[in-house]
Amino acid sequence: MTDIAATLPARRWRNPSALPGFGLSLGFTLFYLTAIVLVPLAALVIRPLEIGWSGFAGILSDARVLHALKLSFGGSLVAALINGVFGLIVAWVLVRYRFPGRRIVDAVVDLPFALPTAVAGIALSALYAPRGWLGAPLMEMGIRVAYTPFGVILALTFIGLPFVVRTLQPVMLELGRDSEEAAATLGATRFQILRRVVLPSLTPALLTGTAMAFARAVGEYGSVIFIAGNLPGISEIAPLLIVIKLNENNYAAAAAIGVIMLAASFVLLLGLNLLQAWSARR
Amino acid sequence: MKRPLAPTRDHVVVRWTLTAIALGFVGLFLVLPLAVVFHDALGDGLDAALAAIREPEALAAVRLTIIAAAIAVPLNAVFGIAASWAIAKFDFRGKGFLVTLIDLPFSVSPVVSGLIYVLVFGLQGWLGPWLADHDVRIIFALPGIVLATVFVTFPFVARELIPLMTDQGRDEEEAAVSLGAGGWATFRRVTLPNIKWGLLYGVLLCNARAMGEFGAVSVVSGHIRGLTETMPLHIEALYNDYQYSAAFAVASLLALLALVTLVLKSLLEWRFADEISAAHHH
Repeated sequence: MTDIAATLPARRWRNPSALPGFGLSLGFTLFYLTAIVLVPLAALVIRPLEIGWSGFAGILSDARVLHALKLSFGGSLVAALINGVFGLIVAWVLVRYRFPGRRIVDAVVDLPFALPTAVAGIALSALYAPRGWLGAPLMEMGIRVAYTPFGVILALTFIGLPFVVRTLQPVMLELGRDSEEAAATLGATRFQILRRVVLPSLTPALLTGTAMAFARAVGEYGSVIFIAGNLPGISEIAPLLIVIKLNENNYAAAAAIGVIMLAASFVLLLGLNLLQAWSARR
Repeated sequence: MKRPLAPTRDHVVVRWTLTAIALGFVGLFLVLPLAVVFHDALGDGLDAALAAIREPEALAAVRLTIIAAAIAVPLNAVFGIAASWAIAKFDFRGKGFLVTLIDLPFSVSPVVSGLIYVLVFGLQGWLGPWLADHDVRIIFALPGIVLATVFVTFPFVARELIPLMTDQGRDEEEAAVSLGAGGWATFRRVTLPNIKWGLLYGVLLCNARAMGEFGAVSVVSGHIRGLTETMPLHIEALYNDYQYSAAFAVASLLALLALVTLVLKSLLEWRFADEISAAHHH
């Protein structure tokens, strides 16, 4: 009897298949990906090398740049946490409760995905302007939203909500009530069930959705710039500073800030992949 | 004796409270901004709103938006089909990495997405001097706007089709090929009917983003009125000119597009739940 394994070729980089079109489809995929995404991104990463490490560090230690980065990351974190809390509630209500108009509310959750950011931007700005529908009563209470960091956080909250809800919903659906019923027959109270059974199962999805909302918020531009007022050192976000540097024809500075933001999104992407791998193992 | 609460259900007070919080949050953060768009569009009356939309510069912006989307969306649809064919129907090493790379544009800030093309094609970019010598304009012209739009909408169709086609497996295609069908015939007669609703779903989201993109297009456009302004850029220009009603009138067109997109998307999710990617069932 011959050893079958010995007659097979050594492990190749792809398994044989009866279907045609592998070379064409993969070839086109790689070409298009390289031309549209990889080469231009490489141009961004290489650019700051021209000004050297000291030039790079010089740009990033500028007080205005530092403040913009701090606001973009800090504001995004606050917005992501707000979305973590309210996204959890919205997803729970949509999955577990039945009420009239539930499907419409469910569809509306995707509005920030569908509504162009510039439209969201001018709408939020009009709404929270000192004489706007919500801006005026808030002003009377002494809270100024437009043209302050609050406005930035508000816009970042708007665009982040669907990430948390859409990540949680399928997990909540899959969760079912079996484990809750099992816990109930063992004498657990409702609070114990939520804290010990439901919440732990939702944690990976909640973290993933919150991280996605954060990642999206860090780079957000259109919905923020109108309500932010863009006061340097107060309500100016990092993506706007890139635009300003480009308009000053300062490519190196624009690229330096861009590289920092790109690096941050890589770290986040890596973190998200690890998070998903971790939750898949659970 | 008082009946004990069923610990697998939330107490009615909890249910009402959470529902109120969820509806309040969605209403305040999502519905109200949308309402403001339509309300403020009619701020100077319906005639003024229609006149703002019929302005030559507004019409030019509508035309440019449609042209850019009409190029970018089919390109990314073809790419999405090719990529998902290669990834779902064949086994090869590095697949996970390839999928991560395809998703990459989603985690890049819109402003950075525009910036990278300026760094390649701009006057001080890699190819800038050569392009200037040969009188080819990419940045501050249609090609740059299309490239930026292609980049930000790059993953939409692919990330919809990859999980769908992976779930569907390759048995049907293998059967067709073993019965003597050619590659194209197999794709057209077997694969395409299986993925058509998923493809439409991806194209729908891709188109909404393509027509609404602001940050990336803003960086490469040059903001030449009547020439390189897309609708979102025209809205920004009107708003910064204090022509609020006109800005909201044009914005209401994009808001309508967003609403139509949401309705169609929800219809696809309800009607063809089994024929679009499982991630959207809720």
